[in-house]
Amino acid sequence: MKNKTWLYWLFFLALFTAPFYLTEFRLSLLGKFLCFAIIAVGISLIWGYTGILSLGHGVYFGLGAYCMAMYLKLEDSRGHLPDFMEWSGVEKLPWFWKPFENPLFAIFSAIIIPVLLAAFLSYFTFKNRIKGVYFSLLSQAVVVVFVTLFIGKQEWTGGTNGLTNFSTVFGFSLSSPLTQIVIYLLTVLLLCFIFIFSRWLTRSRFGRVLIAIRDSENRVRFLGFNTTTYKVFVYSLSAAFAGLAGVMFVLQVGLISPAMMGIIPSIEMVLWVAVGGRNSLIGAIIGAIATNSAKSFFSENYPDIWLLFLGGLFISIVMFLPNGLAGLYESFVQRKGRRERRKNEAGSHVSRSVS
Amino acid sequence: MKVQKRKIFRTLSLFLCGTVLALSGCAASSAVDEVKEEKKESAEDSGETVKVGILHSLSGTMAISEVSLRDAELMAIEEINEAGGLLGKKIEPVIEDGASDWPTFAEKAKKLLQKDKVATIFGGWTSASRKAMLPVVEQNNGLLWYPVQYEGMESSPNIFYTGATTNQQIIPAVSWLLENRGKKFFLLGSDYVFPRTANKIIKAQLKAEGGELAGEEYTPLGHTDYSTIISKIKEVKPDVVFNTLNGDSNVAFFKQLKDSGITAKDLTVMSVSIAEEEIRGIGGDVLAGHLAVWNYFQTTDTPENKAFVEKYKKKYGEDRVTDDPIEAAYFAVHLWAEAVKKAGSFDVDKVKKAAGGIEYKAPGGTVKIDGETQHTWKIVRIGEIQPNGQFKELWNSGEAIKPDPYLKSYPWAKNLN
Amino acid sequence: MSILITQFFNGLSLGSVMLLIALGLAITFGLMGVINMAHGELIMVGAYMTYVIQQMFAKYLPSSIDYYYFLAIPVAFFVSAFIGWGLEKWLIQYLYHRPLDSLLATWGVSLILQQIARSIFGAPNVAVLPPSWLEGGVNFAGIVFPYKRLFILLFVLVCMLILYFYLNKTPAGRRMRAVTLNRDMASCLGISSRKVDAYAFAIGSGFAGLAGCALTLLGPIGPTIGTYYIVDAFMVVILGGVGKLIGTIFGAFGIGLVSTLTEYSTSTTMAKVVIFAMIIAFLQWKPSGLVSVKTRSLD
Repeated sequence: MKNKTWLYWLFFLALFTAPFYLTEFRLSLLGKFLCFAIIAVGISLIWGYTGILSLGHGVYFGLGAYCMAMYLKLEDSRGHLPDFMEWSGVEKLPWFWKPFENPLFAIFSAIIIPVLLAAFLSYFTFKNRIKGVYFSLLSQAVVVVFVTLFIGKQEWTGGTNGLTNFSTVFGFSLSSPLTQIVIYLLTVLLLCFIFIFSRWLTRSRFGRVLIAIRDSENRVRFLGFNTTTYKVFVYSLSAAFAGLAGVMFVLQVGLISPAMMGIIPSIEMVLWVAVGGRNSLIGAIIGAIATNSAKSFFSENYPDIWLLFLGGLFISIVMFLPNGLAGLYESFVQRKGRRERRKNEAGSHVSRSVS
Repeated sequence: MKVQKRKIFRTLSLFLCGTVLALSGCAASSAVDEVKEEKKESAEDSGETVKVGILHSLSGTMAISEVSLRDAELMAIEEINEAGGLLGKKIEPVIEDGASDWPTFAEKAKKLLQKDKVATIFGGWTSASRKAMLPVVEQNNGLLWYPVQYEGMESSPNIFYTGATTNQQIIPAVSWLLENRGKKFFLLGSDYVFPRTANKIIKAQLKAEGGELAGEEYTPLGHTDYSTIISKIKEVKPDVVFNTLNGDSNVAFFKQLKDSGITAKDLTVMSVSIAEEEIRGIGGDVLAGHLAVWNYFQTTDTPENKAFVEKYKKKYGEDRVTDDPIEAAYFAVHLWAEAVKKAGSFDVDKVKKAAGGIEYKAPGGTVKIDGETQHTWKIVRIGEIQPNGQFKELWNSGEAIKPDPYLKSYPWAKNLN
Repeated sequence: MSILITQFFNGLSLGSVMLLIALGLAITFGLMGVINMAHGELIMVGAYMTYVIQQMFAKYLPSSIDYYYFLAIPVAFFVSAFIGWGLEKWLIQYLYHRPLDSLLATWGVSLILQQIARSIFGAPNVAVLPPSWLEGGVNFAGIVFPYKRLFILLFVLVCMLILYFYLNKTPAGRRMRAVTLNRDMASCLGISSRKVDAYAFAIGSGFAGLAGCALTLLGPIGPTIGTYYIVDAFMVVILGGVGKLIGTIFGAFGIGLVSTLTEYSTSTTMAKVVIFAMIIAFLQWKPSGLVSVKTRSLD
């Protein structure tokens, strides 16, 4: 048991020390990928553990990011109206922008707004027993509503251009390498915390109920559990993760626009988890980092092939590796184990264990 | 016991696997970076090449428009190299894909400036992509040449704008329409920044110059059903529809407008985002008789343009067409080259200082960099679309118009910002 | 008054387009339960086939170019059906018991089809000129009813009728219904459910091709047009309720009418938001859609 914990620490230590061996550009990429990894942990919780496939996590990510971006924009404009509002003919800061002058409120609402939205939507949806693909398609409809609204209300949200061009956070310059390193380290810390928390959660009694819901929701319900509560809680939790990821994303990339909360980014989020292994939290993290590294690499070197590759990746993961990289490894170990067992217990039939 | 051991082993190896995978990826690529950087410096020392970045969407929805800008920029670079290069160095283009995704534009711009250390970047199409690159080029003190008409209200010290700003496209078009086609305007646009800003300016101008606003409608990007909008247009009977729709929506709008029995004779549609390249995707027959305003048409009659069109077609195929953004992307490269020659250096600050007042005989007429705003002086042209997909020029401004991104010289625009 | 009639007609027309894009999906998703995210790309294939046929006519038979459409319709159907058949054979048949996974895999297919279209036809849109006999419209009491929109209404009607007869009056259609109702029982009675699945999927894909062919009359033709229609198509089917074609018809015309009326009184953006919000809210109230098959099974 000790060995395992030690390895987790090694993984995160490697991430923590990344500023020492990565160039500034690569570090900012890795930082961005770690934000995605935070979302991936949340999606793994709801998809891999509870069996809810959400194609709408872009919205929660976007809401979190917008909350933070509003604060950054206000800090940047120093008491004036943000530039895009001036062009759009807004005379006075809208009331709901006002509280975002306070960074703590911004961060707080970056978590609480996605959570409230997720809880509201999922409460009704799960209570009415909408599940499976219906839920996935409904979550896409939510994405369409939000993206259309955010683009349409240009005077409040900056429209398709989104919010960009920030200079400082808490008075520190965003462009200085030191600030970026601090933000990077904060992201790693956050990811580490979220990972430990989720791991604890999935190993608790609560986590077992989630798995039971995934495998047979009706049975769990007949046993007297209120499955709606469990599902709403875990869905809202993953929305909170996505919101937090949005905060860190804006701080590192310095940009948020409705295009980043759309249908395609939302589906890509699911892909990261599928690649890493939906049933494995660490797999989700590795999947997010690996897929995005591959995306960067391919689109740097062969931009035309990127879509073909992405499409092929989707198909082959689903067809041959339903449990992703983590599953690949697992089946490798199992095969090896089987061979050994065959050697040892020649003749005896090994019954398939319930996993 | 056995199971547990296996489990431990499994997790252990999984982590090793993951760590190695993730970190080796990063470390390897940064190692490659370092090697490349070293190589690059030695190349610079030997004085052989200078790198420039080309950053357009080569995939995704915007690829439709942006691929030909890349082609035009490559052609201009080739011309300069054939003529002996710049300050004794050959230009080496580094092509990146923005993938129609704005953070990717920011990321790639950062890569071009920090990793490839390019002397300048040519790139962008949408305002969103420019806004995404803006903080990056400002923080890294890079240089960006942006070749597309846009909504104005911007003047970054690190960007040169070779497309038209509002007073070189929209404002003269509105004045011309008021004089020649009628007073009653219907404004139709896609729901994003350019149409909304453009329509705000148009509304102020209509008020100042005695026009009348009949209606204003926005449709989501990618919208394909215009039957209701067309009913609204029929109901208010405007003299002119000022169209700022984007991309695919234009196809649906014009096809359905024609079906509903409205032709160019009944109603003038003035477009600002339909150039020769877009006409091919809609069909010249559908658009015939409607108007567009630009700074350049493929049919523009200058000796430079004849050579330009011929060369472009020879290089990329007879069926290709040239249009305003292609021309602006093409001469952007030449303007930069002229500025470098004048500065005698690739240094960003020196090039910027030298750029003011530089002139170049572009295919669409002589253009000049405005030192103060870093926009370009351009001739405005209004053309009528012909069934063969080309424009017949109806009017031009004669001389190049001074760019005024903040519309300071228009008294009626005071309250706009 | 005339504006009311015009708007009503516009609503019907939008409904017919919605129905057309959702018809194929009503078979693959509604009857078979397969989430085919590449449905939009099959529409795109149909549109490009129309373009190809038109180009061929322009080159080899310029005198009879007006009639290219009659060849384009079957070609669009069969090419899309063929692609759908291949998709089912090599991909979807392995995923029948994993609907969420088929969603992801077919999304991958849609990306690949888009890129292939881009490689073959180039990234810019292509122009398809409608046949000249569809130009213009009927002028009735000062209101113009464009021929193309009437044609699409008629076209949808014919498609529905053919589909109805196929499903209810032919042996092949009866087998298809039997398999959708109770797969195991149908297999017991000697129906090859594998074959039926393949046919059903091919037919559903073929209808997507037909939709693409008809949409060239109204909209753009480019590599990414599939993405404009896919979400709408799914909304129509889940609003209508799966398992019954009649639900899809209600869903399509309901969305068409409500959205044109909202659009007329507010703005296009608002109409889109309102429609989607209404669908989400409606499904909370009736999770199985407007028309549903009553069943005692749990899940």
